[in-house]
Amino acid sequence: MTYRSRSLATVAVFALAVTACGGTTKESTANQNTAAPTTSQVTADPNAPLKEGLKIAFLPKQLNNPYTDVEVGGGKIAVGEVKGEYKLVGPNDASASSQVSYINTLIQQQQNVIAVAANDPNAVCPSLNQARKAGIKVVSFDSDASKTCRDAFINQATTQGIGESLAKMANELAGGSGEIAVLSATPNATNQNAWIEVLKKELAKPENAKLKLVKVAYGNDDDQKSFQEAQGLLSSYPNLKVIVSPTTVGIAAASRYVSASSYKGKVAITGLGLPNQMRQYVKDGTVKKFALWNPADIGYLAAYAGAALSSGQITGAEGEKFKAGKLGEYTVGKDGEIVLGPPTEFTAANIDQFDF
Amino acid sequence: MFAKRGWDTAIIALTIVVLIVASGTVDNFASSQNFGFLVLDLLPIALVALPMTYIIVTGEIDLSVASTLGLSSAVMGSLWNAGLSIETIIPLCLLLGAILGAVNGLFVTVLGLPSLAVTIGTLALYRGLAFVVLGDGAVADFPAVYTDWVTGGSPIPNVLYLIIVLAIAFGLVLHATPIGRNLYAVGASEQAARFAGVRPGRTKFWLYVVSGAVAGLAGVLWTLRYSSARADNGAGLELAVVAAVLLGGVSIFGGRGTLPGVLAGVVLLASLQNALRLSDVSNEALNVVTGALLIISVLAPNAVQKLIQRRHRLLLPERTNAS
Repeated sequence: MTYRSRSLATVAVFALAVTACGGTTKESTANQNTAAPTTSQVTADPNAPLKEGLKIAFLPKQLNNPYTDVEVGGGKIAVGEVKGEYKLVGPNDASASSQVSYINTLIQQQQNVIAVAANDPNAVCPSLNQARKAGIKVVSFDSDASKTCRDAFINQATTQGIGESLAKMANELAGGSGEIAVLSATPNATNQNAWIEVLKKELAKPENAKLKLVKVAYGNDDDQKSFQEAQGLLSSYPNLKVIVSPTTVGIAAASRYVSASSYKGKVAITGLGLPNQMRQYVKDGTVKKFALWNPADIGYLAAYAGAALSSGQITGAEGEKFKAGKLGEYTVGKDGEIVLGPPTEFTAANIDQFDF
Repeated sequence: MFAKRGWDTAIIALTIVVLIVASGTVDNFASSQNFGFLVLDLLPIALVALPMTYIIVTGEIDLSVASTLGLSSAVMGSLWNAGLSIETIIPLCLLLGAILGAVNGLFVTVLGLPSLAVTIGTLALYRGLAFVVLGDGAVADFPAVYTDWVTGGSPIPNVLYLIIVLAIAFGLVLHATPIGRNLYAVGASEQAARFAGVRPGRTKFWLYVVSGAVAGLAGVLWTLRYSSARADNGAGLELAVVAAVLLGGVSIFGGRGTLPGVLAGVVLLASLQNALRLSDVSNEALNVVTGALLIISVLAPNAVQKLIQRRHRLLLPERTNAS
């Protein structure tokens, strides 16, 4: 017993001694880690021809996920257009560190471009920087890696773009005037709240002045709760014209309720949704239009951005321009961010062209 | 004696064959950079497999190691955020691991509960605590000196020295000291070991403490390797570790196996995965290969032993009847 307590005391004293000595703390290293690794300064040549035979590898968050399949499908088409070699690798689980071994493998295989949707912005960083040291261009898409370890980021849409699109669709569906309500996910979901803020600002503009936002309800991204909230909105606000649901769970649940109720045809549902979930409600007339970015275009743009980087057309600096096939010309924004554009609107006319 | 040693000798030979074949046929497998990646990939499995070998040799199991790793990582992240120095945090994480291991040890030895049940429970409990500590966020800004040390070193990665030192220490204790002999005795027959003066309860308790501390260390190294402290770090690692230990020839029923065999098992699994990925084999095929390998590793030693027993019975029928 005495032996044990003595050894415990030793450990405690040791720990205290180490604490007292100070050492490396978060504060003392705060300035060290922020510096981006110095990459050789090369100037972009916008007229450089796209290189042929570029090896472009896609590393999504997780394989065998329908959304991912559509994204990388777009990438594959673009790689074909630039006459490159397409490769798809990735983990079966979306864990933070499993992507690292794949990046390492891609370095060994001397790819020209890695397009990655990062599961953790920092865990992939050391490996991605090793890749860049080996001359590989890194494009993040969908889910950004830390900006110190990639050359460009393909952002599906800006907060502003999504908020504007929500306001525009609400106005169209309400016929320019009337009561609207929002069915969101959770009260503290960062992206949802940012979109709703933009929506509110848009509603303050003169062209939307006759629209009245009566309530923001929360379905917690739970199907049953969203269903009940939609039900509640319609019974509390009999004059409601539009429910705007900027979450795929909420919009599907609200559509399901309305399609089977007497409100069908009287109340419009719109927001952000997945075409496969919404197809039946578009076909039966419950939903006239809703929006989401087109995932295939994200992969497509990522491949073109990678090819442009690898061919020296761009370096990832703000203001550089490059052409991305059928999507047209793009300009690199701040911190290497390239925004795909406003969300795609889905209607009965075009929904059958999308499978995700 | 030879029959007992057969499987791990076979695995060591197979590992060498795989390394040679992969070096010769897979592009870039033998590059020094890839060697570094390979060592980093097998680092956590190799470390945690050392005490796991001891535990399985005594006929028990510890499935909570990956959750201990995750909790250690989560605590490391939140202490770092709280402004403690990394030199303080690292020993605290090892201490935390040892305490978590002691909890397992107490349940197994004092309350006499089956280790499988206890450690499945703490597998969930420790992972849950990790999420309580850090939520689903990540802490990333660890000092470059430490993260670079873990990921650095060429052609011989720095962490390899650590693995080698610990492996030699664990190997010597298991194969060249009375402590090691006691572990085999406990695994072969706890009753007999007790009559021979071994105290199985006390032995097992300390094994769990060591296992927890090593898992805590693995949590620290994992965090520095990926420069990312997360509550979900290392999820599922316990299966990879148990797999490597069994593949290395340790009997799941206790009493049999060697540390060199286990290390060969770790290297075999990691280098097979690395080589197959470099040759663009799909994940699904990779899972099938490793799964098949594991089933064989559990079946083959038993089958060999059954064969030997049957031959004995055929050769010596009178003796079998007499017994």
